[in-house]
Amino acid sequence: MASISVKNVVKQYADGFPAVNDISLDIGDGELMILVGPSGCGKSTLLRMIAGLEDITSGDLFIGGERANDKAPRDRNLAMVFQNYALYPHLSVYENIAFPLRLNGNFSDDEIRRKVEEAADTLELRDHLERKPSQLSGGQRQRVAMGRAIVRQAEAFLFDEPLSNLDAKLRGQMRTEISRLQRRLGITTVYVTHDQTEAMTLGDRVAVLRKGVLQQVASPRELYQRPVNLFVAGFIGSPPMNFVPAEIEGRKVSLPFVSFEVPQEVADQFGDRQLLIAGIRPEHFEDAALVDANDLSHSVSFSAHVDVTEWLGNELFAYIPFETSREIHDRLKTLARELDSESLRTQLVVALDAGSRIGPGEDAKLTFDASKMHFFDPVSGDNLTRELAAVAS
Amino acid sequence: MARTVQFRFLAGHEPSNLIDLPWSVPLEHWDHPALVRRTRGQSRHVVRFVHLGTKTFALKEMSEHEAHKEYGVLRQIRAAGLPVVEAVGLVTGREAAEGGALDGVLVTRFLDYSLPFRYLFSIEGGAPLSHKLVDAAVVLLVRLHVDGFYWGDCSLSNLLFRRDAGSLMAYLVDAETSQHRNPLPEGMREHELEIARENFAGGLLDLAAQGMLSSEVEVLEVVNMLLERYGLLWDELTGVTEIDAREKHLIDQRIRRINDMGFDVDELVMEHDPAGDRLRIIPALVEEGHHARELRRMTGLEVQENQARRLLNDIASYGAYLARVEGRAPPPAVVAARWIAEVYEPMVAQVPEDLRGRLEPAELFHELLEHRYYLSEAAGYEVGNDTGLRSYLDSVLRFRPSEQALFLED
Repeated sequence: MASISVKNVVKQYADGFPAVNDISLDIGDGELMILVGPSGCGKSTLLRMIAGLEDITSGDLFIGGERANDKAPRDRNLAMVFQNYALYPHLSVYENIAFPLRLNGNFSDDEIRRKVEEAADTLELRDHLERKPSQLSGGQRQRVAMGRAIVRQAEAFLFDEPLSNLDAKLRGQMRTEISRLQRRLGITTVYVTHDQTEAMTLGDRVAVLRKGVLQQVASPRELYQRPVNLFVAGFIGSPPMNFVPAEIEGRKVSLPFVSFEVPQEVADQFGDRQLLIAGIRPEHFEDAALVDANDLSHSVSFSAHVDVTEWLGNELFAYIPFETSREIHDRLKTLARELDSESLRTQLVVALDAGSRIGPGEDAKLTFDASKMHFFDPVSGDNLTRELAAVAS
Repeated sequence: MARTVQFRFLAGHEPSNLIDLPWSVPLEHWDHPALVRRTRGQSRHVVRFVHLGTKTFALKEMSEHEAHKEYGVLRQIRAAGLPVVEAVGLVTGREAAEGGALDGVLVTRFLDYSLPFRYLFSIEGGAPLSHKLVDAAVVLLVRLHVDGFYWGDCSLSNLLFRRDAGSLMAYLVDAETSQHRNPLPEGMREHELEIARENFAGGLLDLAAQGMLSSEVEVLEVVNMLLERYGLLWDELTGVTEIDAREKHLIDQRIRRINDMGFDVDELVMEHDPAGDRLRIIPALVEEGHHARELRRMTGLEVQENQARRLLNDIASYGAYLARVEGRAPPPAVVAARWIAEVYEPMVAQVPEDLRGRLEPAELFHELLEHRYYLSEAAGYEVGNDTGLRSYLDSVLRFRPSEQALFLED
């Protein structure tokens, strides 16, 4: 097993397009690192550079402390998991896992048997070794494919969008399996996905990329609570963070539906900016009717007209349209495009307790905790108040 | 929100037939008279085949994003003149009758006379076939790589084979993992070969487990041959040769070697060393189909490379025959025209209607020549075309399955 480090790595294509632009990232021995971002962000290119499929234009790659830029893919001893997913219907599960080792020619039959049985134990496939793939469930078949990677005893596992072909149920199941397996084997793993939910549930740390540039590397919790910029804030979280225009006048912040004052230390971060983008997560709103009056002391209350509601059993979503300036609207449109998301509509999405009785067409009284808001520079997208954001444990 | 089903079809593919298929039903639940069964390797997606009019189409259900991507790559590979199935359509915006979005469908035209490896093993088996499969795959991989395509999923079940005068030509079927790069990184080529080697081994071992592979076939030897032959062909087509600047005939020799392998050199880069006495030759642009192009130029016939080689030889012997009986050698263009009119077309026309779909005409002609050769050898004299044809039809072709559109019960 080995650590993987990239230092100032650049991938520039012949047409001059930098697919990966000066990325530095240390992946610890045994760590599960997720590379996430919308399509075209450079995540798969970076993975392929680690695997040796893509030349590195400049910068260095270290595997286990050794410079690996010029090593052939096979000499890097990394396993691209699930890539050769094909299971052979007439071969037993045992043979499906064992045959690549036989090709290798370096192992005796006894060694192969030992490796396959060990892998089968790890994957809970021991009782199925003599069966044919058709006798296995979908999840078990995926595990056989993982078995092929395990017996190779690679330095690290590389996954490139491994679950994108699976249906939602199997995807959830496999996510858990991969996470469990990775922890059990303690193998360094780099995992590429465009799905932020997958990234958040799997990773020890998550690296968010945008247009070839690394935005932030942090634990899922840190990314969620202290995003460095508008892009990360908008990418992480589902439903996504609400972005609304915020007019600034000293400590006074005016949102389209309410004005309130922020503490001086927050206002200090604004500099002389008069217009910001405020970010509030849907779940940071509450139905005022359900909040204990004593808890309202730090909250901002307001009334708003609810357009549509969706009751999901465990929570209630309310949609509240708001007006915005052209400048902010255009900024949010650009962001939506970058995030590959459906257009960000100018409406708040508010996630309330399922006990809320708020209905569509009503004027609802809501509250939110202003200390959990973020303020972003509308031009650079930087999160101005990130340092002040509390990280709840 | 209601979705709009969108069909995007290449012109000339009778989209009206395709539009009437039950798109609001998930592919695996289709029950439609146009459905036909074909063998196909294990896919990550649901794949089904429909036969409409005279054409067979493969339908693959996958996310719209993936379907768009694969459609684009397949078209790109085809535009480069490489052997690949033809992507003819894309269906998006499908909605189930009971509501809910359905995945997209990629539509490819099934190649006439294309054969899956299992079918080939079921009729011939043995080591010669596995070597032919390897050679076909090697030519395809080298051609893809020369043109900057990485496939990423080369396996026996992702290839279709067409007969090519005793050898086989491989077509790429599944391009989900393909990418285009210019030039293709070394690492991708290496990785491709590793994947191909492992997948070939898996496919052959699977056949063996099924009892369909002759015990004389050494799987390890066959898959290692894949690497060796790839290396030889790649080096010959792309390697740098350094020669003495006075020995310029070596340039022709190099080009002829490449031609013999069935490739044309469209562009050659030559570099002098500073002293001017050594010359480096680098084939910059090579293209498969040397003989096929020559035959097309001479006769208009569209056939595969080895078939073309075979037909060109036959044209040459017909030229020699004409020279002998007419006392003077006609010009090559005349020989070719007369060969078409006096030999090839009459012979093909004599094949009864019900036997025509069994083999492609050029392949049939090749087999006929082979057959006549063996008859002559056994008889000790030259057997005529008509006798050869009758014997071939009655003792060989009649017993062959129709390979034009092979439907299999798997």
